[in-house]
Amino acid sequence: MTKKVTVVDYGVGNLFSVRGALEHLGAEVVMGKTPEDIRAADRLLLPGVGAFGDAMDDMVASGLISSTLEARGNGRPFLGICLGMQMLFDDSSEFGHHDGLAMIGGSVVAIPDIDSTGAKLRIPHVGWNELHPSAGADWSGTILDGVAERSTVYFVHSYMASPIDPSHRLADTIYGGHSISAVVQKDNVFGCQFHPEKSGEVGLKLISNFLAC
Amino acid sequence: MAKIRTIARLDVKGPNLIKGVHLEGLRIVGDPNEFAARYYNEGADELLYMDIVASLYGRNNLTDVVRRTARNVFIPITVGGGIRSVQDAIEILRSGADKVAVNTAATKRPELITEISTRLGNQCMVLSIEAKKIADGKWEVYTDNGRERTGMDVVDWAVRGCELGAGEILLTSVDKEGTNKNFDIELIKAVTEKVNIPVIASGGMGATEHFVEAVKDADASAVAIADVLHFKKIGLQEIRNAAVEAGIDVRTR
Repeated sequence: MTKKVTVVDYGVGNLFSVRGALEHLGAEVVMGKTPEDIRAADRLLLPGVGAFGDAMDDMVASGLISSTLEARGNGRPFLGICLGMQMLFDDSSEFGHHDGLAMIGGSVVAIPDIDSTGAKLRIPHVGWNELHPSAGADWSGTILDGVAERSTVYFVHSYMASPIDPSHRLADTIYGGHSISAVVQKDNVFGCQFHPEKSGEVGLKLISNFLAC
Repeated sequence: MAKIRTIARLDVKGPNLIKGVHLEGLRIVGDPNEFAARYYNEGADELLYMDIVASLYGRNNLTDVVRRTARNVFIPITVGGGIRSVQDAIEILRSGADKVAVNTAATKRPELITEISTRLGNQCMVLSIEAKKIADGKWEVYTDNGRERTGMDVVDWAVRGCELGAGEILLTSVDKEGTNKNFDIELIKAVTEKVNIPVIASGGMGATEHFVEAVKDADASAVAIADVLHFKKIGLQEIRNAAVEAGIDVRTR
């Protein structure tokens, strides 16, 4: 049976690659433009590109916030990608203070511009970096099921989400000696800071796990 | 640490992948999508598509090529050439690209850098700088694919671009491009020392040692490679092996 994914379409651009990856894996992609679309979803994907504040303003304007929040704990798979993962959190300090969807506790903060030795660290964090299991995290049965430790995926971001509850961290990556939250999970809600649709075979594996959930 | 990236650079003119020496004397190499797919399979970390006649036509014409590539190549794609406005950038991102590289339009109107990075995120905004050496330790910014002078100093412009919101710098040596005689290492170093964003070295790769030098001596975060790949002089695996041997952290298959 074809897996259906509803993309929360709140006005963000560059959905082409996400759709491309989903369709490449045989999914049927529905653009969710109304609260009804969101409520009818088998699984939801929250994309995000650009700045946190603008994206949240767009979300408010789209009228899709309530229906998106209803997905919390409803058992259906929910995946936030890149800025979409950051939006799952309480707030962000990018270009001023902005509230997020508060689906997972924690804040989004700037990646430090010096590394752990005090040397200059280039920001944004751009490039392929390794995934490590967070303390106590078990990847089996999650979107990282079957992904090898230290697999590399593509990051490009200047801000990072910091979950308050360590049990929400599934995978981290290290940049300049700082541990950055790469994959988070709270019940049915997953977030992935990197771009799975731009991370070659490892990324496709994560997306196919999401489809299989 | 994020790994040092090998970026396959594809210069496109109309439907063709082309290559030139010193940005003159173009040779048709083949179908860009075919080459893109091959480089993806060989483990390229990113693709860089440059529309090299965009300024002549007044716009970027790569959306079709990008769309086709993005269908089955799942690595980041940067597109440059003829991007003049936020709307141009949006159109290109909508066709499947992840970043835009802007040169000419930014030199004429630097606010464009801020506009694109504010609207789309600084990670989408790559400032493309073409550099021609004019004296020891001094380089001038060129535009229109190495044809037009600007009178601007490369290092000053790179620093300013950073302040205006660029997320990365694509630094191409006009002198070394297509020569296979190494990058302009001094140029790369002069820029990497002054900016705190990633710098992509471009122009001049002829041997794996050049890659190593650009990274270890000049602190490049990524290296864009065209000539040696398109003409099959050196393969991506060979470059990766040399990098590993030199102690550089790269993505391995």
